[in-house]
Parts: sequence; structure tokens; C-alpha cells
Amino acid sequence: MTYDGRNFEGEILELLMARVPGGMPVSVDTQIVGGLGLDSVAILDFIMDLEDHFDISIPLDRIAEVQTVAELSSAVEGLLRATR
Amino acid sequence: MSLFQKFDPIRAGLDLLVANGRNPFELRFEKILSPTEALLDGRTILLLGTNNYLGLTFDPACIEASSRALHAAGTGTTGSRIANGTYCDHAVLERRIAEFYGRRSAITFTTGYQANLGLIATLAGHGDHLLIDADSHASIYDASKLSNAEVIRFRHNDPEDLAHRLRRLKGRPGNRFIVTEGIYSMLGDAAPLREIAVVKREMGAYLIVDEAHSLGILGENGRGLCEAAGVEADVDFIVGTFSKSLGAVGGFATSDLPGFDLMRLACRAYMFTASLPPAVVASVIASLRRISTDGSLRARVISSCRRLYFGLDQAGFEVGPQPNPIVAVRMPDRETAAQFWNRLLDEGVYANLALPPATPGSLCLIRCSVSSAHTEAQIDRAVSIMTAVATELRVLGAARPHLSPNAGAAQSAS
Ligand SMILES: Cc1ncc(COP(=O)(O)O)c(C=O)c1O
Repeated sequence: MTYDGRNFEGEILELLMARVPGGMPVSVDTQIVGGLGLDSVAILDFIMDLEDHFDISIPLDRIAEVQTVAELSSAVEGLLRATR
Repeated sequence: MSLFQKFDPIRAGLDLLVANGRNPFELRFEKILSPTEALLDGRTILLLGTNNYLGLTFDPACIEASSRALHAAGTGTTGSRIANGTYCDHAVLERRIAEFYGRRSAITFTTGYQANLGLIATLAGHGDHLLIDADSHASIYDASKLSNAEVIRFRHNDPEDLAHRLRRLKGRPGNRFIVTEGIYSMLGDAAPLREIAVVKREMGAYLIVDEAHSLGILGENGRGLCEAAGVEADVDFIVGTFSKSLGAVGGFATSDLPGFDLMRLACRAYMFTASLPPAVVASVIASLRRISTDGSLRARVISSCRRLYFGLDQAGFEVGPQPNPIVAVRMPDRETAAQFWNRLLDEGVYANLALPPATPGSLCLIRCSVSSAHTEAQIDRAVSIMTAVATELRVLGAARPHLSPNAGAAQSAS
């Protein structure tokens, strides 16, 4: 997925890997909740990382249904487009 | 998939605890002897994890008032204020809370949890923005989920980060609500409320402060962090609980904003649950009177918590950032934390075992709370037992830094 020539999935994967314990493999289809040994607070902290990285607000209700990195990526892209 | 399979991670966590000793969720105190002692398995245990900050659960005036109300008005109200009506004492208590804080009105709830749920979810509606501290209590998170507002977390106790996140909302319509706590319940750190109030003023937002752990503790008159930080005029809503320093159960919200009382007809956590029973209301009226007129309890809990905090600090424990009545020490991992907690009980001390995700920064903690009813001898005994157990389990290090909420995260990232 690209927007402004950016590779959102790649950038998100990188941020996610920094949070995942023990270098577990992460891909665009990885289930973020339950699949990575991250507890609920760690996931919220990861979302905060994304907010700062992309300089956007990601309201918690907006991502309640997001399961995979690919879905998260399109949510982030949607929020970025909305702020332009 | 079986109905309960989704709880497998919880079972695994519980199994780990049980493998290291007692099940913390199945302790049975046979008798509560006083605010600081209970009988467990036939032995007297020092209570160091009860949030009974001012030791008022056995206060003779509170018990007398409570028992009089019990006999006069019965065991329960059997319904909500909306359906069954208000008892005189409900109104008296609300008046007293409002007077205590010098505000126009106060609304009581059946628990502090419901006070947050009711206030926040009702105030912040569709199109509004809720900015909550990342380390907020579960009731604030649940309130956020229940509200129709957009929910943004800001980094714990970080006014600059809060300002940054508010700036991102520039140009968007809707009210902004900032939610913080007076003293945070896990590490005992207070919010930088003066700086947060500046952000609130500059950026235009409403400020809600949950004084659950600071009512009766902070401020010249015990009005909490808002008083201590000198920002009462900037705080639009104060939330609190009767379940800690006031020694009973229940919660409240108070505000000076005209129209606040209309919340009673909009707030589901107020409307659709039974009101507080007369005996509880009467004891809270009495305990609030006590803390309004007697500053000695506050002075005693402050001096005792400093004794515990600096005692543990000196012994080499990694303690929280500030001496407040919540004193937490860091454990290296879950297993050690569970063993430590068990060994403390063997030695006659009850503290709280606090583990992720209920803790900030994925920290494993032994959490103590201090009461004004603790004697110096009790505090000293706790320090010496904790030190001995720590030596036995090898958790003490020389010159450890103070705990910060991000310590766990920093460690796991390195
Ligand atoms: C910050 C905070 N708010 C609210 C509550 C809930 O209070 P209550 O026990 O009255 O439901 C607690 C208690 O655990 C708390 O720590």
C-alpha cells in the first residue's frame, strides 16, 4: 500500500517489531492481538508509537476492529488522507 | 472452541502463580482485627495493601453513625434514586462533598468505578475528544469505551505530549476532555497537575481529575492533588471514591459548572443502579467530617509512608518516583514477584502482588499501601521483613534507580 510514495506496511512492521518480545516473526497478515504475546497495554503503546511516527491521531475506537498489520495500515492511510 | 478457551492466557498466568505458592485470589481472611491486622490461617497478619489510608474503617464515630442509620433506615434502598427516590442522607452527603470542595454541586455513585464510567461516558459524546493518561485506571478506560467520543492516550504524566496530541486535533470541532489521576494507583506517583492545567488553559479543554488515591492525603485541607498543586479553579470535574481514605464504598463527582445536576437524568451509571445504602452514606458523612476537621490523620499517613518509602529505598529496593501512601517495589519477573509475595505472607505481611497488564510499563511489583493507623513499629517490621525476603530471593541491588512507569518498556526494548 502506498500513499505519498510511502510504504506504510513496512514502516508499521518496523515499529511493531521493536515492541515484539524475542524477535518473533511479523508479517502483514500477523494477528496483532493474541498472535504476538503483546498484552492489551503493549498494543496501546504500539498505537501511540504509530501516532508519533505518522504524526496523526489514531482514536482507540477507530481501530477496535483492526486485526492484522495490513488492516492497520489501511486504517492509518485513511486517517492520514483525512488530515490532508 | 469452548466458551472459556479465550481465557487460556489467564489460566496460564494463574497456573504460574499457583506453581509459585498460594493462589492470591483465594486468600480468606478469617477475621479483620483492625485497619492494620487480620487473621489468616489462624495467624495475625500485618495488612500493608488495603488502601485504608486513614484507617477509618473502625472509627468509632463512623461505626456509630452507620449503625444508627442501619437501624433507622434499613439495610438497603432497593433501587435507584431515579426510581425509588432520594433519602435525606443522600442529599446531605452530596451537600457535604460540594462544601468540602467549595463547588456548586456533587453527585454520588454506588462505586468510584461507576463515578468514572458515568461522568466520563456521559460528558464526552459523539464528536468530542477524550485525552486520557496512558496509565489510567481501568474505570477510565472502560468509560472511554462506553463514550461515543474519540479517545486518545497521552504519555503518562507528560504535559508536553498532551499538548502535542491536542495540537494534532487543531481545527477539528468538538469538546476536549483531559483525564488524569491525583496519585496513580500502582507506583504512587502524582500527576504534574500544574503543568497539565497550563496546557488545559492554553489549548481550551475541560479537565477531569480522579482523586481516588489522593483525597484526604494531599493538600493542606486534604482536598487532594488539585489543592496541593494550587489549580482547583482550573479543574472542571473532580471524581473520587469513598472506598479508600473514607473507609466505605461509593463514589462521587463534583463540579462548579451550572447545569451539572442535569447529569442525574442522563447518566446511566447513576440512573440504572441502586443507590448507596443508608449505613454506608452515614459512615461517609462521618468520615468526611473527620477528615475535614482533623488534619492529624493526614500528617500521620504522610510520615508513615515516608518511613516505609525511604526505609525500602535505603535497603536497596527500587521504589517509585515519590513517597506517597502507595509504595511499590520492583521485582525482576513474575515468578520472583509471586515468590516474594508468598514469602511475605509466610512472615506475616500482606501486600499486593501487581503484575502486567495491570501495571504500567509491564512492571512486576509488590505494591504496599500505608495507613495512618500503622504504627512506626509496624512499618519498621515491614521494612525488615521485606529486606530479609529480598536478600533471600536476591532481588536487591546497590544504588538502583527509582522506578519510572516506562522502566519496564525501556528494559524490554534494550
Ligand atoms: C484511580 C482509581 N479510580 C477509581 C477507582 C475505583 O474506585 P471504587 O473502588 O470506588 O470503585 C479506583 C480503585 O481501584 C482507582 O484506583
